[in-house]
Amino acid sequence: MNAPKSFDPGASRRAGIAVFGLMALFGILLVAFFRLQVLDSNTYRLRSDSNRLRPFPVEAARGAVFDRDGRVVAGSAPGYSVQMFPSTSPGLMEATLERLQSLIGLDDASVAQLLERARREPYQSLVVDGDADFGVVSILEEHRAEFPNVVVQIGPKRQYQAARAVSHLMGYVGEITSEELEQERYTEYARGMTVGKEGVERQYEAQLQGKRGLRYSEVDALGRVVSSPLGLVEQAPEPGADIHLNLDLDLMEWIHHIFPDSMRGAVVALDVDDGGVLALYSAPTFDPNAFVGGIDPAEWASLNSDPGQPLFNRAVVGRYPPGSTWKLAVAAIGLQLGLVEAHEHMPRACTGSMFYGNRTFRCWNENGHGSLDLIGAIQQSCNVYFYQLGLRIGLEQLLTSANDMGFARQCGIDLPSESPGVFPNGLGFWERRFGYRARETEVLSLAIGQGPNGQTPLGIAQFYLAIGRGGKAPAPRILRGADASEIWDIGMPPEHGEILMEGLRRVFAPGGTAYLSSVEHWDLMGKSGTAQNAQDPDRSHAWFAALAGPRGKPPEIVVVGLVELGESGSAVAAPLVAKSADYLLRKRHGIPTDTIQTLGEHWLTGTPAPWAGR
Amino acid sequence: MKALFSRWALDGGFVLALLALSAFGVAMIYSTSQLNVPSPIVEGAWIRQLVWLALGLGAFTLLTRVSGNWIEWASIPAYVLAVLLLAVTLVVGTGRGTAAGVTSFLQVGSFRFQPAEVAKIATILALARLMASRLTAPGHRPQRPWQFADLLTPCALVGLPLALVLLQPDLGTAMAFVGILLAVLFWAEVPMTYLFLLVSPGIALIVSFNTWLFSAYMVALIGLLYLRRSRLYAFEYMAVLVFNLAVGTVARLLWESLAPYQRNRVLVFLDPSLDPREAGYHLIQSKVAIGSGGLTGKGFTLGTQKRFNFLPEQHTDFIFAVIGEEFGFLGTLAVLVAFSYVLFRLVGMAAGANTHFASFVLFGIFGAWITHVFVNTGMTVGLVPVTGIPLPFLSYGGSFLLMCWVAAALSVRLARRE
Repeated sequence: MNAPKSFDPGASRRAGIAVFGLMALFGILLVAFFRLQVLDSNTYRLRSDSNRLRPFPVEAARGAVFDRDGRVVAGSAPGYSVQMFPSTSPGLMEATLERLQSLIGLDDASVAQLLERARREPYQSLVVDGDADFGVVSILEEHRAEFPNVVVQIGPKRQYQAARAVSHLMGYVGEITSEELEQERYTEYARGMTVGKEGVERQYEAQLQGKRGLRYSEVDALGRVVSSPLGLVEQAPEPGADIHLNLDLDLMEWIHHIFPDSMRGAVVALDVDDGGVLALYSAPTFDPNAFVGGIDPAEWASLNSDPGQPLFNRAVVGRYPPGSTWKLAVAAIGLQLGLVEAHEHMPRACTGSMFYGNRTFRCWNENGHGSLDLIGAIQQSCNVYFYQLGLRIGLEQLLTSANDMGFARQCGIDLPSESPGVFPNGLGFWERRFGYRARETEVLSLAIGQGPNGQTPLGIAQFYLAIGRGGKAPAPRILRGADASEIWDIGMPPEHGEILMEGLRRVFAPGGTAYLSSVEHWDLMGKSGTAQNAQDPDRSHAWFAALAGPRGKPPEIVVVGLVELGESGSAVAAPLVAKSADYLLRKRHGIPTDTIQTLGEHWLTGTPAPWAGR
Repeated sequence: MKALFSRWALDGGFVLALLALSAFGVAMIYSTSQLNVPSPIVEGAWIRQLVWLALGLGAFTLLTRVSGNWIEWASIPAYVLAVLLLAVTLVVGTGRGTAAGVTSFLQVGSFRFQPAEVAKIATILALARLMASRLTAPGHRPQRPWQFADLLTPCALVGLPLALVLLQPDLGTAMAFVGILLAVLFWAEVPMTYLFLLVSPGIALIVSFNTWLFSAYMVALIGLLYLRRSRLYAFEYMAVLVFNLAVGTVARLLWESLAPYQRNRVLVFLDPSLDPREAGYHLIQSKVAIGSGGLTGKGFTLGTQKRFNFLPEQHTDFIFAVIGEEFGFLGTLAVLVAFSYVLFRLVGMAAGANTHFASFVLFGIFGAWITHVFVNTGMTVGLVPVTGIPLPFLSYGGSFLLMCWVAAALSVRLARRE
């Protein structure tokens, strides 16, 4: 201080205080900055990195699903997912969606749904389009600057090459829901993950699900991804395990190809050797690929409102009166109880109908079958014969035996949902269900597979499988090598099986109901069914159940076909089953496939049918 | 060169330090335009700052040639004009950029400036004139010792522009006015007790949120007043007590009257994690930027907090955080040392001035700048609540930089002995 002392004697004292205060304040600042920048620097360096490096999950590919020949039933393909980052500023998401709407073609319903979702999960990034096609991606890349909060992620997506042919068997995948996240089986799962929803995808979810990877992307303060979308550090995702099915994909595609257009129904094919599921088809069907990355709301609505119920798996969930295919059960029970023998004729010959109580019970052939033995009655599906056999067994005994055989149970297939059969478990059933006491005539209806008897196509296949295997059948298995103990035992000695098989064989012989569906190379043994139903009193469901194998050898496969309102088991369902069986056996035994397979087709096209003598 | 410095007498180091700070400021503003996601707001800001720096240096050259008496004469008209401008600003003023909610700018054609910056200097001049007039002649002691009631005039003089600035509302600039008032009163040898009593309502305001704390504070205050009873009139004694009690009781009401963002800033100062996305965001991101700079920094233009826009207001109020991130502790140390030197020189010049007016002006500028520097750098590390207050010579802002150089010119001119 160079001030003259005379001017302001207090100045230097005050200056001293001021400089002291100055030093104190700057001392405090220096200590604060030293602590922050030197002592705690590592902490803040870490925070600076985590600030701008944001982890993004990298979806793992689901395990591939192979059929018995190694064909891919469900695989993975590269897919693009359009996501929007969460935003704290209100209205930003709405505004972005509004601009996106016209650009990538979202409908109003989708936008409303997305906004609802953003409201429910405000801190999650919003999947705008889980399976964007390349056109949308290139449009977005072009307009990238206008959509700073939108990012396109690349990841594997589920792909079903055989699409509609395998939809009910495979099920589909979708984003895990809030309800699912609360379940115990999904404790390891996180929001936004893709899980199996139905069919094999859901049944074997634990195997197929992979482990998500992690990727870091640089983002700015607004969450905009600044660095390359492929990210910096990567913790590689682990793909899920591959699984192999007993399924024959070629057969599935063949069935899809030959199933009558616009008809509803199901086809199930089982391997007699091990009960493996060779085919499981339900019509109408849907494209499981549409569910990948989230199904379009309009498409979802149309699937649900379709009167054909394409999402309904008729093969394992649908229940239908089994009709004449169930006469085999009555025959087996009669044989087992010693109430009938293979060549035993019933007291009353078939005249086209039978009068019992004070009612007339019809046979399907109004001209009558005359007097038949058991084998003949199976061959010609004579109702009058089975009415009398039913009366011989008696209602109560029939109920007991049928329940023992398992007609009110599930088959135990490895699928997430399977309907058990419906069958009265006692006389009280009528009172509980219909409010009246069971009449004696109920047994007549039941004896020909009508009445309160509902079986799934799979259940009927399982029953025929048991007949073909001499009385016992393992649970049907879709997964190859899956454990399948013989849970179905219809309590039938093998010699009874041979009687029934003889009857079934004759169904394809001249005079049998399915003679026109006989094929060149194989022994077919089957039974048609034309089941009256509540759906449409004028049009019956068409059933056919068959065992098939090389001539003179034990059967190799069981095929059951059901066509809702198909009217005739022998005319509609039998060719479907015969052609399916023929296709599969030709493939197995190295005989080239032919589109003209059944006797009926040979006659229609005029090609020779040497096995039928023409 | 030497001739130039000799013209400025002993102030070569002072001016060089300010030039260095200004140049560094332009460089840092350039750095804030180097972003990974370019922003139009900071595009070319450094060039505009450079233009304003040239204007500031022109004003500096001009003002250093003006007569000291003329400056003293102009102080009262300048003050009146500044207060009028502040009043006009309240009516027709506009906000700007991130401060869009406040009315602190006046626009004349395409030219925008903050009257509050002019008012700061005008208030320093007017206050210095008032204080100097109390001392009849150089070398003489005041006619009589300070009475508490004597503080009323200087308080009113500063209080008027302060109130107008608060109404904008601009809490940061208002704090600078408080700094000026306290500094000049201190330099006028007002007893520390009086200064304490002056700020006591502010303390009452803070402690009123805890009843026990407030009670203890009031007991201490009564004790202090009792000890100093010989120097206070009864009505002063009572006024202080009543004012403290009143502030303590209406504090709640006052708190309610604060804008939500102001309330949040106070709360967040106490606990930044309270609201990490909104009000706490500034402080957290600033601390992360400075802390991650470490000892030597991430390098010029390479700060990631800055590049990815995590740091708010990075070219204006939080430019010091960018310095901390890119140049580390060594960078912050260098800037703080430069400011310490400048402030130290101001104290020296004030003590060495040959008129009372000059001495008060110099110390008033010291009071303004030390408030700006301490509050601005302190808020980047959480020492003080986040307020919109720029860093002299470094922060982006045309009229602020210009007025900083005007203040520098006044300092140099008034420190020169004739």
